[in-house]
Amino acid sequence: MLALTHVSAGYGPITALDDVTFTAAQGQITAVLGANGAGKTTLLRTISGLHRPRAGTIEFDGTRIDRVSAERMPGLGLSQVPEGRGVITELTVEENLRLGGLGRGGRVAPSDLTRIYDLFGVLGDRSAAMASTLSGGERQMLVIGRALMARPTMLLLDEPSLGLAPRIVTQIFSLLRDLVRDEGLSVLLVEQNARSALSVADRGVVLNLGRVVADAPANELAADDQLRHAYLGF
Amino acid sequence: MQQFLNTALTGLTLGMVYAAFALALVLIWRSTRVVNFAQAPMAMMTTFIALVIIDAGYSYWLGFAAALLAGLVLGALLERVVIRPVEGKSEINAVILTLGLFIVLHALAAVVFGNRYRSFPAPFGLRGIEIGDTTIALNGFGIFTIISVLVVMGLLVALFRYTDVGLKMRAAAFNQEVARLLGVRVGHMLTLGWALAALVGSLAGILIAGGSLVHPSYMDSVVVFGFVAAVLGGLDSPLGAVLGGLILGVSLSFVSGYVGSQLVPLAALVILMLVLTLRPGGLFAQAPERRV
Amino acid sequence: MRSRLGSVWGSTLGRHLLLAMAALVVVVLVLESVSDYRNTQLAAMAYLGIAAGGLTVLTGINGQLSLGHGALMAIGAYTAALLLPDRDSSVPLTAVIVASVLVTLAVGTVVGLAAARLHGPYLAGATLALAVAVPGIALYFKETLGGEQGLRVVMPDIPVWALDLAFFVTGQDLTRSRFTAYLGWLTLIVVFFLLANLSSGRVGRRWRAVRDDEVAAELAGIDLGRARVSAFMVSAAAAGAAGAVLAFTVKLAAPSAFTLTLSLTLLAAIVLGGLGSLSGALIGAALLTFLPSVVTDLGTNAGLSDIKAAELAPLVYGLVMVAVILLAPAGIIGSLRGALARRRTKTRSTSPKGTAA
Repeated sequence: MLALTHVSAGYGPITALDDVTFTAAQGQITAVLGANGAGKTTLLRTISGLHRPRAGTIEFDGTRIDRVSAERMPGLGLSQVPEGRGVITELTVEENLRLGGLGRGGRVAPSDLTRIYDLFGVLGDRSAAMASTLSGGERQMLVIGRALMARPTMLLLDEPSLGLAPRIVTQIFSLLRDLVRDEGLSVLLVEQNARSALSVADRGVVLNLGRVVADAPANELAADDQLRHAYLGF
Repeated sequence: MQQFLNTALTGLTLGMVYAAFALALVLIWRSTRVVNFAQAPMAMMTTFIALVIIDAGYSYWLGFAAALLAGLVLGALLERVVIRPVEGKSEINAVILTLGLFIVLHALAAVVFGNRYRSFPAPFGLRGIEIGDTTIALNGFGIFTIISVLVVMGLLVALFRYTDVGLKMRAAAFNQEVARLLGVRVGHMLTLGWALAALVGSLAGILIAGGSLVHPSYMDSVVVFGFVAAVLGGLDSPLGAVLGGLILGVSLSFVSGYVGSQLVPLAALVILMLVLTLRPGGLFAQAPERRV
Repeated sequence: MRSRLGSVWGSTLGRHLLLAMAALVVVVLVLESVSDYRNTQLAAMAYLGIAAGGLTVLTGINGQLSLGHGALMAIGAYTAALLLPDRDSSVPLTAVIVASVLVTLAVGTVVGLAAARLHGPYLAGATLALAVAVPGIALYFKETLGGEQGLRVVMPDIPVWALDLAFFVTGQDLTRSRFTAYLGWLTLIVVFFLLANLSSGRVGRRWRAVRDDEVAAELAGIDLGRARVSAFMVSAAAAGAAGAVLAFTVKLAAPSAFTLTLSLTLLAAIVLGGLGSLSGALIGAALLTFLPSVVTDLGTNAGLSDIKAAELAPLVYGLVMVAVILLAPAGIIGSLRGALARRRTKTRSTSPKGTAA
């Protein structure tokens, strides 16, 4: 589904990604793991078109996207849930959701909204509330719902567990699993919380200092004690 | 008592125009974080375009429409060509850029249209309305001024609140990066923002000109008053801009009537400094603290 | 002898003194060899240069954009005019200049204190309001300040010692316009000398630190407010001196001379020359003094009326200003410096660039 080949990217003299190659398969949850500064955020920004790679190619569903600008991604089926949740606090819950639906081009039907409200009950209850009044967990649900409004084929999530209570993290991750199973969604999950991520992912890619140091099925990574201690912190 | 009422009414009418101009400044500030000082000569140019059309024999309304349309085009053009390269970068460069545009547009108008003072027509009559046997300082044109500004503002509110385009524009103004990730063409939204702001500015320009004399510098003090009004209401608040404009219009009218018209700009300066010192976020800001 | 000269050049103060003396020689040579008309133009360049010098220090080195310096010049000019109402007033001209400087300094201090907390567009807007407000004050106090007509400035006769000195040095008679030009340029040399020393010394470093990173400057113990106000005061003093010279040259202090256009012209001068550069300010002042007549002539030759042709000049320098900001934000001097520096590093570097992480 999403294939990175020899991708390098950086800022000025700093190289944040060095010759990164891996594939996130369709219908699976692929976790990208690693410590702070390992290059995970740069990776997502490069994939989603906010940052241009210096070298290498990125293919999504057969189309090259490494030179495509961020605004075009939702139209291609790629939706990102940014770090820090990216809720637009000056808009209401419903306005945030509508915005997500508009990115695909075309109108937003009431049924689109109902679908998300069915998935996330709390959003339906607070649909007219300002997004700034939502709790951390509610905001995470809002931005996932917002990304889903565009009916993406692949969802990119940037550290969704950050700042959330473990119970809510479990809720969100199991929701992702359900979406993958029920709707065939593909997920690229960038996470610092490797333990939770590996418990829900099918495959894991580990980054260290911008390089890929491991690329294997999730259960293998979870079982590899040495790797876990070295790169994943548990 | 009579004078008090008249002064207040004059101030209200004038305040509406300042409110429109302040609204134009706020729209641009919210979307591109630039204070468009060039808004004044932009409005002046579009008013001159209207004047040329009217002097050539066509109706006032054609000139009116032409001014608004010209504003739309001019705003879009300037944003795309001149302002885009400095958006999001050095603050001081953006300010200097708009001032450079100020100079250019001023001079361009003088070269193309001449420096003479020319009179500008005003529909609906300039005679004060008579109530009983007194004439109050409100005439047909004044009522038209108030109504047209309210209508345009209403349309803008409707645009922003109830349309998809408006939602995208607000998103682009609030959080550019997230908006991009959601598929919003932020660049287009910014251009649209400038175009609409320039339209509102052109409205202000043509309303001020009505029944008065126009020349290349006639809008210069309006940019100051519009800025003060916008700051009064809080640069981020469109509603604040409107209220700020009304408050300023009435205040300055009283200064003009009871002290002297030459001291009006000084009064505006004093009001500005008071607001910036005591409530920098504007009179209606929730949090009084803000970096100015 | 050579080492002594070298050591004087080595010290910044010494270098500035040498430059000042060299400038003085150049000024004498130029002023003596041109016509009266040119002398008046050069006097105009002098007062634009003085004001631009002060403004470029404020905006370029300290980062505060002021659109109100035209108004400050007005204060200096009106002070000079009030002190020189008729031939019989025997206030010496240097005293007039000093008085203008002091009065403008006082006002500038108040403005600077008010402006110290303002940034970017807020500061620009506030000083814009000042620029628009000040002419109105002159109009309101019609009796003392002359209203629309303004106040005439009557220059006293050239003192005899000056006439003698001029004849002794140059062998020519000293005309009034040349005398005024000398006044302007001598003032400029003094002002620039002071500005240069302030900017290259500790005060200048503090100003720059505040411009570049307020948080870091505060952490380093610099009082932000004091640095900003001091920069404003210095630039106001320069504007006051410029106003006095303007009064001497134009012999009139009237509101119409101090419109927003003047403040914007000063801004154009420092942008064209390069923000923060004193030599840039001089170049900007030169451009803005001499370019207009060239452009106006082009305009009249192309068939425009006189009045319209006169507006071509601001059109041109406005366009250039926009172009400079978009293409070469460092201005003429800055771009030259940058190009020179790049050439130097190109020839110097033979080793490969440092490898990344």
